[in-house]
Amino acid sequence: MITQTLFRALDRKAIFVVLALLVVAVAVPASNLYLPAGHPLRVPNHFVPLFGKYLTYAMLALALDLVWGYCGILSLGHGAFFALGGYAMGMYLMRQIGDRGVYANPILPDFMVFLNWKELPWFWHGFDMFWFAALMVVLVPGLLAFVFGWFAFRSRVTGVYLSIISQAMTYALLLAFFRNDMGFGGNNGLTDFKDILGAPLQSGTTRAALFAASAIALALAFLVCSAIVRSKLGKVLVAVRDAESRTRFLGYRVDHYKLFAFTASAVMAGIAGALYVPQVGIINPGEFAPANSIEIVIWTAVGGRGTLIGPIIGAVLVNAGKSWFTGIFPEFWLFALGGLFVAVTIFLPKGIVGAFTGGWSALKARRASARAEEGTGLSGDLEPSPAE
Amino acid sequence: MSAIRLAISMIAALLLLAAAAPSMAQTDPLQALVRALPKGGYGDREKVILELAATGDARVAKVLDALGRGDLYAVKDSAAVVTATGRGSTMDTADPLSGETLGKMDKGALDRIRVNNRLRRAIDSAVGQLTLMGGSPAMRLAAARSMLKTADPDSIEVLDKAIAAESDTAARIAMEEARAAAVLKSAAPLADKVAAVDTLVARGDREALALLTGARGDASAELLPAIGAGIATIEDRLAFWSAMQNVWYGLSLGSVLLLAAIGLAITFGVMGVINMAHGEIVMLGAYTTFAVQEVIRNSFPGLFDYSLAIALPLAFLVTGAAGIAIERGIIRWLYGRPLETLLATWGLSLILQQAVRTIFGPNNREVGNPSWMSGAFELWGLSITWNRLWIVVFALIVFAVLLAVLNRTPLGLQMRAVTQNRRMASSMGIRTPWVDALTFGLGSGIAGIAGVALSQIDNVSPNLGQSYIIDSFMVVVFGGVGNLWGTLVGALTLGVANKFLEPYAGAVLGKILILVFIILFIQRRPRGLFALKGRAVDA
Repeated sequence: MITQTLFRALDRKAIFVVLALLVVAVAVPASNLYLPAGHPLRVPNHFVPLFGKYLTYAMLALALDLVWGYCGILSLGHGAFFALGGYAMGMYLMRQIGDRGVYANPILPDFMVFLNWKELPWFWHGFDMFWFAALMVVLVPGLLAFVFGWFAFRSRVTGVYLSIISQAMTYALLLAFFRNDMGFGGNNGLTDFKDILGAPLQSGTTRAALFAASAIALALAFLVCSAIVRSKLGKVLVAVRDAESRTRFLGYRVDHYKLFAFTASAVMAGIAGALYVPQVGIINPGEFAPANSIEIVIWTAVGGRGTLIGPIIGAVLVNAGKSWFTGIFPEFWLFALGGLFVAVTIFLPKGIVGAFTGGWSALKARRASARAEEGTGLSGDLEPSPAE
Repeated sequence: MSAIRLAISMIAALLLLAAAAPSMAQTDPLQALVRALPKGGYGDREKVILELAATGDARVAKVLDALGRGDLYAVKDSAAVVTATGRGSTMDTADPLSGETLGKMDKGALDRIRVNNRLRRAIDSAVGQLTLMGGSPAMRLAAARSMLKTADPDSIEVLDKAIAAESDTAARIAMEEARAAAVLKSAAPLADKVAAVDTLVARGDREALALLTGARGDASAELLPAIGAGIATIEDRLAFWSAMQNVWYGLSLGSVLLLAAIGLAITFGVMGVINMAHGEIVMLGAYTTFAVQEVIRNSFPGLFDYSLAIALPLAFLVTGAAGIAIERGIIRWLYGRPLETLLATWGLSLILQQAVRTIFGPNNREVGNPSWMSGAFELWGLSITWNRLWIVVFALIVFAVLLAVLNRTPLGLQMRAVTQNRRMASSMGIRTPWVDALTFGLGSGIAGIAGVALSQIDNVSPNLGQSYIIDSFMVVVFGGVGNLWGTLVGALTLGVANKFLEPYAGAVLGKILILVFIILFIQRRPRGLFALKGRAVDA
């Protein structure tokens, strides 16, 4: 009975979030494209890709929340999956440049001509087709996560050890992608894109379409996540988070559940990366930096892990704050970010959403039954597993 | 009266002596030979040169040197021979043997003693022989080394003589090698050449390799196998020494890793606290060194050589205090929540970085090496820099001291007790919060003095910590948590492995391979090389 109510509540919330995202997906591009330039409700041109970027970040934070908030795996390497998806998309965009590059080589991207390469490396073949690139966006991060997770979870690498080796993974990829002879543009990465699916990237319509695509992708990811979380599988994931050994003793193959969550999350991160690249116009090895991956964690923590709406709020808030801060006091952004890490972990362990739900349920005692259940359920979920 | 007479007679005696001196010089056989130089043709002159060389007198070298340069002149209206230098119509002259100046002379009154190429060769060999026979051992060694480079077959005889007379071992070996190099180029019989090859193989460095490779080009068929075998031997030996050099570099890198990781091993191992700000604490130690050196530079320049000795305790205190503050202020609220600790300390690391950037600026700061840490020396073909050597020594000392603290002091006993069973330790009356704070302070203090050492070999910049944090974690995770020996073995293994991979895979790929190796290694042994066993594991 209680569970059913909880389900229905979550359901209603999920529908609300999805609807809100769809409204954003339509309203922002429409206001940018169709309202006249001076209109107070018009979204300025440069805000469209900026907000689009936040949405892809939100999707990335959501992906991390699926493994961290619901499965207890703190991955410090999610930036790697994001960047790999981004690189796959970047390779497609590179091939679309064709002979419009500086060296006007119809096959080779500029940096290869610059490095005096004569032919396309084998792994660049196929990226001139969008469907292939889209497949790779999903496949490459998914495969890496599967292989990495397969090894890690099977041998029961847990807790901080997993965090550290996932950080080592993204660090190794960072070093690898910095190398020129890897064939991914080295230090400079991939940039100078011209168009996507035949539409010029600089045009307002394409940007609006990319924004809408990001919002819709986020809505879909949210639906998928809430479906996973609400299913029986999701309950097992939470059980793994809270008492891994006990779940194993009850007969569940813990490593399989973790592997599923990790791989699904990596695929989502890859898609977010693929949407991110055309909107910012560049992908370089800096995306693999361990610091980036940790920053994703803070978005999730600020918003509230273990809730699906939390990471979205957190990613947008922190990044909007970052844009604002780096514009006004660039010196102090790192102070603010560092302080945020410390303050959130000590004073706001459940994040904004957690704190809000807690306060809300305390105030509105009348509508208690449903909300209070959810609140205690949440706070129970949010306790870190003492077994670690 | 008598006094005056005495003075007069003394002056007279002095005058007499002065008058007698030139006549004594006349009777010097060397002087006679020098005066014989201008006479006759080139053939006669060569004979005189050989006679001069045969005297073995050290002064001859100067005369022959001047002759070879064309600075030796005969004075036209006397039998005297002088060295003359300078341009223009008058030249400064000097006695060729004693070197005392004889004043200016008109150029017209002088006649240059001419030499041809044949004579120059004779002179060179004679001078070489004289240097080889006379002078200090160091000079003879230098002469022999320069002759190894020229490898002139004409010098064999000279070298033979010098070898027979040589008493200094190092100089004699150098001479024999020079002789061997000359023999290889000469038309000596096969047996001699084979012996020469053996001598060069015994030398066994790059120079010998170059000489042998050069000789292979025009060697006879009988000699070729000997040279080939010799080259192979030398190459093997060089490969061995370059491997040893790699081991040394690896140990050096390993000791740096050890220094960076050892504090982490304490906080992570003993307290289970992931301190992502560890690298920044190392950085604080390095900046303390910088600050100390700045003060010394500005106020007490004489103390510069002691700057590190002053910085070490200061850095320990500063970073130890910072560590205790961090523990009391942040970490104690997060015990039992390792992932949150990781995030909070990461945030702290961002704050510390930015703080240092704001105070000291974003650029590299220059920290100087004291005189006893600069320079390098050679040991069996290994080139070892002093600062690297000191850091290896220092890392081992720190390790030993820390081991002693953990195993031999009350604090260490309490730390181990808290590690193994916190509640039991607490029940026994140990103030676990104090132990926690002190442990964290100790770990941070060690990180601080690691920063002092790293400031000697790395750039002191706000990013100093970032470059070590991942490596330090790898060391701790690889070696196993809660075990200092694991950290030692882990650091040295990773250091040596890194340096061995570098020549084959390049620095970056080598590092990637190491990371991948560790990721795979963790799968096999999730708790490191030296894992704690038993109940302590889950505590």
